[in-house]
Amino acid sequence: MNDGLCRRDGRQRIALTLNGRERSGFCEPRDLLSDFLRHELGATGTHVGCEHGVCGACTVQIDGVAARSCLMLAVQADGRRVDTVEGLADGDALSDLQQAFQRHHALQCGFCTAGILMSCADWLRRVPDPSEDEVREMLSGHLCRCTGYTPIVAAVLDVAARRRHAVAATERADA
Amino acid sequence: MKPAPFDYLRANTTQDALDALAQHGEDARVLAGGQSLMAVLNMRLAQPQLLVDISRTGELDTIRVERDGFLAVGAAVTQGSVEWRATLRDEVPLLALAFPHISHFQIRNRGTVCGSVAHADPSAELPLVLTALGGDVTLRSHRRVRTVAASDFFQGMLMTAREPDELVESVRFPLKKPGERFGFAECSARHGDFAMVACAAVVTDDAIRIAVGGVADRPVAERWPRLAGDDLRGALNDLSWKLGAQDDAHISATYRRHLVRQLGWRVIEEAK
Repeated sequence: MNDGLCRRDGRQRIALTLNGRERSGFCEPRDLLSDFLRHELGATGTHVGCEHGVCGACTVQIDGVAARSCLMLAVQADGRRVDTVEGLADGDALSDLQQAFQRHHALQCGFCTAGILMSCADWLRRVPDPSEDEVREMLSGHLCRCTGYTPIVAAVLDVAARRRHAVAATERADA
Repeated sequence: MKPAPFDYLRANTTQDALDALAQHGEDARVLAGGQSLMAVLNMRLAQPQLLVDISRTGELDTIRVERDGFLAVGAAVTQGSVEWRATLRDEVPLLALAFPHISHFQIRNRGTVCGSVAHADPSAELPLVLTALGGDVTLRSHRRVRTVAASDFFQGMLMTAREPDELVESVRFPLKKPGERFGFAECSARHGDFAMVACAAVVTDDAIRIAVGGVADRPVAERWPRLAGDDLRGALNDLSWKLGAQDDAHISATYRRHLVRQLGWRVIEEAK
């Protein structure tokens, strides 16, 4: 995209780094990032619920920071790093966060899960040793109608504890 | 639930944004974090002709501690980047108390401080904190730069002193002064929802400043001597009636007055 003005009826080419790969596509100024990811790039792992920032289903990471893709224009993602749920696993190997969700049955229908995982992945980097209250406050930005949240909270606390133990074990091995 | 068509301008400099606002005035809307504006656009409650995107305008993405005792936050600074600032609790403790109540982590990551102030929702926390602390707003246009006190900036429900060609360039929160102590509390249906009533207090050895959001059409602050006991209860009761609470679909005026009395008491006691 050229800097400056995009006309409402003009289709702009934008380029971004999606889960580590350079991708590009076309959008109008009013196209939401959530729709661009799903319809233009075919990355349908990101789900769209309320489209006004309340439900959290469409949460992705922009330059590593969790944010709603329905409250961002596709043109605003030009040149940025966007990470979605498709990027969490390493091939067929689920990430530790995804494995914790599986162990604790932290999803049923799965509609909200992609957004929750992307929030948790950012947040746990900043808050490695969270309390249950802090986890619940972070999860208040997501609506889940299946689980009642309890198994999600358990999964987040579990993965945080395992990461701390892993760090402690590495430090002991180094000592 | 998709926005109506608009032209889009990415402002690389403040000047780009001011040029566009001078040319388009009320037909243009400034897009900063977009956490209120994008929802409004998606629901087509607003249909501007032009969006002026300042979210990547580097010169507006600055936080400064000013020598005359302010934390100045530029228009492109996200709430998250202020909230996660290591020194915030020493600089503006009331902001640190208020941030957890502002929507959710994922929204604060992108929403801006100045955007919330410019939006001027009467139940929003940042306008309340700015009013409680007696901060100010810097408005810039081609014509002039002016600084407006919070008490003059907020003029009604989503109404401010900003002229159509002006940009909210920064807001300034007074830094904590020795002897000041703070309290913040709010009641909402669920964590992160809009406040039914929110209260902030600044208490010193000889004075109380209390501000209330979510009741009147803008945040309202009062300064009292250091009241206690029945005198304080009386003052809070007077304040609860003065704000003109109204019934709405969610709660009654009676309950709003009750919350002003209860939360007001709580924040002042917390701050004492």
